[in-house]
Amino acid sequence: MIPAEFRYLTPSSVDEAVRMLAEEGEDAKIIAGGQSLVPVLRMRLAAPTALIDIGGLTELTGVRDDGDSLLIGAMTTHYEVQRDHLIQDHALLLKLVTDTVADPQVRHRGTFGGSLCHADPAGDLLAPVLALDAVMIIAGPDGRREVPASEFFVDYFETALAPNEILIDVRVPKYTGWGAHYEKLNRVAQAWAIVAVAAAVQVRDGTIAAARIGLTNVGSGPVRAVDVESALVGQPVSAIAEAARWASTGDGYKDNLARVLTGRALTAAVTG
Amino acid sequence: MTATAEPEVGKARLRKEDARLITGQTRWTDNLQLTGMLHMAVLRSPVAHARIRNIDCSRATAMPGVAIVLTGQDFAAEQGSLPCAWPITEDMKSPPAPALAVDQVNFAGEAVALVIADNAYRAADALAAIDVDYDELPVVLDLEEALRDRDLVHPDLGTNKCATWVYDSAEAGSGTDVEDEIAAAEVVLERTFRQQRLIPAFMEPRSVVVDPSAGMFTVWSATQIPHILRWMLSAVTGIAEHRIRVIAPDVGGGFGGKLQVTPEELLCLLAARRMGRPVKWTESRTESMLSGHHGRDQLQKITLAARRDGTVTGLKVELLADMGAYLRLVTPGIPILGAFMFNAIYKFAAYRFVCTNVFTNKVPTDAYRGAGRPEATFAIERMMDELAAELGVDPLKIREQNWIRHDEFPFTTVAGLTYDSGDYEAATARALELFDYESLREEQQRRRASGDPVQLGIGISTYTEMCGLAPSRVLGALRYGAGGWETASIRMLPTGKVEVITGTSPHGQGHETVWSQIVADKLGVPFEDVEVLHGDTASSHKGMDSYGSRSLAVGGTALVHAADKVLAKARRLAAHMMECDEADVEFASGSFSVRGTSTVRSLGDVVLAAHVAHDLPEGMEPGMDADATFDPDNFSFPHGTHLCATEVDTETGVVRIRSYVAVDDVGTVVNPLIVDGQVHGGLAQGIAQALYEEAVHDETGTLTTATFADYLVPSAADLPAFITARTSTPATSNPLGAKGVGEAGTIASTPAVVNGVLDAVRHLGVKDIEMPLSPERVWNALQGRSADGSGDVAAGGLGSIDAQGGQS
Repeated sequence: MIPAEFRYLTPSSVDEAVRMLAEEGEDAKIIAGGQSLVPVLRMRLAAPTALIDIGGLTELTGVRDDGDSLLIGAMTTHYEVQRDHLIQDHALLLKLVTDTVADPQVRHRGTFGGSLCHADPAGDLLAPVLALDAVMIIAGPDGRREVPASEFFVDYFETALAPNEILIDVRVPKYTGWGAHYEKLNRVAQAWAIVAVAAAVQVRDGTIAAARIGLTNVGSGPVRAVDVESALVGQPVSAIAEAARWASTGDGYKDNLARVLTGRALTAAVTG
Repeated sequence: MTATAEPEVGKARLRKEDARLITGQTRWTDNLQLTGMLHMAVLRSPVAHARIRNIDCSRATAMPGVAIVLTGQDFAAEQGSLPCAWPITEDMKSPPAPALAVDQVNFAGEAVALVIADNAYRAADALAAIDVDYDELPVVLDLEEALRDRDLVHPDLGTNKCATWVYDSAEAGSGTDVEDEIAAAEVVLERTFRQQRLIPAFMEPRSVVVDPSAGMFTVWSATQIPHILRWMLSAVTGIAEHRIRVIAPDVGGGFGGKLQVTPEELLCLLAARRMGRPVKWTESRTESMLSGHHGRDQLQKITLAARRDGTVTGLKVELLADMGAYLRLVTPGIPILGAFMFNAIYKFAAYRFVCTNVFTNKVPTDAYRGAGRPEATFAIERMMDELAAELGVDPLKIREQNWIRHDEFPFTTVAGLTYDSGDYEAATARALELFDYESLREEQQRRRASGDPVQLGIGISTYTEMCGLAPSRVLGALRYGAGGWETASIRMLPTGKVEVITGTSPHGQGHETVWSQIVADKLGVPFEDVEVLHGDTASSHKGMDSYGSRSLAVGGTALVHAADKVLAKARRLAAHMMECDEADVEFASGSFSVRGTSTVRSLGDVVLAAHVAHDLPEGMEPGMDADATFDPDNFSFPHGTHLCATEVDTETGVVRIRSYVAVDDVGTVVNPLIVDGQVHGGLAQGIAQALYEEAVHDETGTLTTATFADYLVPSAADLPAFITARTSTPATSNPLGAKGVGEAGTIASTPAVVNGVLDAVRHLGVKDIEMPLSPERVWNALQGRSADGSGDVAAGGLGSIDAQGGQS
């Protein structure tokens, strides 16, 4: 890899990282796992003057139990997410989605928070984070602030993060006992999804009590299938096929996939 | 010295080269660090067709670490034209092919300037400081449009048509007139197939180092063809051939993509000569995809004539073949390698092949695994399925009805080749047994009857190919610029160890292992005692290198002949040592003995005696070395039957290969493990053409699939567990009986997959789908929508990344 020249900085705390971002100005970039940024540097699509590597900030890694929710450190790797027991028990959808991200090498380097900040609408983690009503915890020069996922993803490769801010944690409410599934259609295992659907469903006595559905790569950011969610509430499991039709009303290929994959994701989520 | 009791030939030896290759404990070209070495970076044209008005290097020249910036003008007097060694017709149009564009660029990715700097980073940095003014010209991309000659790639040629090459069985006397057969036929099918453009995608990117010191030019290159490269570099630059040494160290794959004399090899040489210092160039993956030659890219119009009983009578092939912007080493000949293969294993009365080679503003095409033969095999195997569908008969039956029967070999085909051996019945029977054909057909009927959203199809490919390239006289008749022989030397060392020098140039095939197995059997020495030297023109003094599944059939035979020469001399010396008549000397398991006595001399004893030369027979030279060169009389013709069960999800268009059976007859197998590996890799590449890979250009001629995020190479995760088996009818054209296996899997598998998909959805009204069969194309075809080349949805990719993207 032959990127343009940059300075390489290694902060020892989040506060120092925030300070460095402020000092270096808009041409500085945070590097987390590097699985999206390094290809961009390699192709010289970007030439930041400084990279601030937050890889050494152990305070940003790991998953904590925070009562009704989980706190996932932004620097937690995909590999760690896949194997975390709290996520397995309370946010199974995140594990299932993460299982499909790229390949083992990428999953060992790439981070949960990095994927979200890169905000590629074809990235897998955006849709489940949106569907699960996660909240982004952001550090900046003025302290911490919280932004719900529904406001965090702004456009293609664009988030609510200001240039001088860093995502540090993601709060995910607990979905203990919910069924989950990620139905992903990609052409080869390492390719981005053409369309994918992340679904979590709570079933009580054969009736759907609640559903959370996020779509990957059907717009400029993740899309929540709210019409399908509301159509399902209080319905028997057999209503899934009919409700999934509301995932999209268009007649293009991706619209078709949105409908078909939503149906399949929901069916798999309720049948385990 | 102990002899191996069990024969080495046929043994599934682990590859002796793998430990160093897998762990990286070897010398790749890019690992070389020479004192005072400079680094070359190449500025490439972002536009597909333009006049170069001006190149301003002043800013770049002033950048830190930059030694010099060079343009085509700087090299105009010395760079000559990159060689094309295969002028297929006398009147072929061949434009000058400068390594560095002088006044015009003809494809996006063409080299327009070089930065030579003290390290690779500074060289790359300075590229952005070179200012080039382009006057853009209309781009010529579409083959049929190009033939109208409205806009010209090379205005000086006056046309985009490069050459037209014809084979006609009536003219050649090998068959009847195809127009007569078509006129008389009860069934005439006409189909057009597109062979999409592919990118070789070898694992190790290309890399070159040239050291101009000590009165020699030593060229290290990640190439398949060190010997041809040396010859061609000398021919282009005028540097005396004996002043050039080419070394192909371990090379990480090629697939034909490194069967080339590249612009960058020449430019590194010229830059090193100019600077008087070593110069290195190593490409990035994107650079590789933008400038290394591509493969395939043909439009095939096929007309098949048959009787209503299923007997095929005539085959007419009209090809348009995309050369790209220039003719590289064997560019124009690639489609001609397919000319003899369209008739395949079937007995046509008449055959006509017309290929029109066409220039476009794209990367030049050239050899890619199979080179002409996959294209031919695809077309004929698709046509046999079309005929079966037209007549409503089982596609296997129609093949059986028309193929050359085992008792008809040797068989001279309508294309004029003589197939020496084959047993299509045996390979097919074995494949059917492994595949469980009948029960899959039953399941297919059940799924059709129930309207299952997942439909099942069975794809068949009963292929053959010509390999073991090649009889030199045939190459001469085809106007190819070189011979097809191969050479080998054996040096018996005084300690009994053996050095083998081969003119083949392995780049992943495992020649070191296989050559060792052959020598171990021939000479009765341990496998471990054989060292194979290759790829350095200073030690491997001549050779025709590795491509076209030729190395074992041709190079392995040269090695057998060299071993025979060693044994003949050793036998004479052994007789002398044992004081007996040579006729009474027997050789077995590495030892000579006198028939009917207990007198024995090991080969090692004899070799030592030859080396010290204290007591040799009258007139015998000291030493025990031998050279042999083999020029085959005929090609070899591997064949096989591949069966592919595909599931098509009609709701999403996704194709899943459920099972794949490959039964190949590659003649005698030296190492079954290596043969299996070749078949697996070949299948992966052939399946990739059917389902995944495609080099796509936008309307301006920009390659939009210039990373592995956009050009989809499948991995093991995307492929089924292959069931492989073999039948064997040894080749009669070489003493090993080997036919070659490097390309078989690639050639056979593409039509097997596509036939399978169409078999699954034909009853739903789908007649054809263009490759690659992406989910969207399949789904569109099922909706009755256009399934042509355009309109694949974006699925993410580096091309879509915004440079201002967020934290990652």
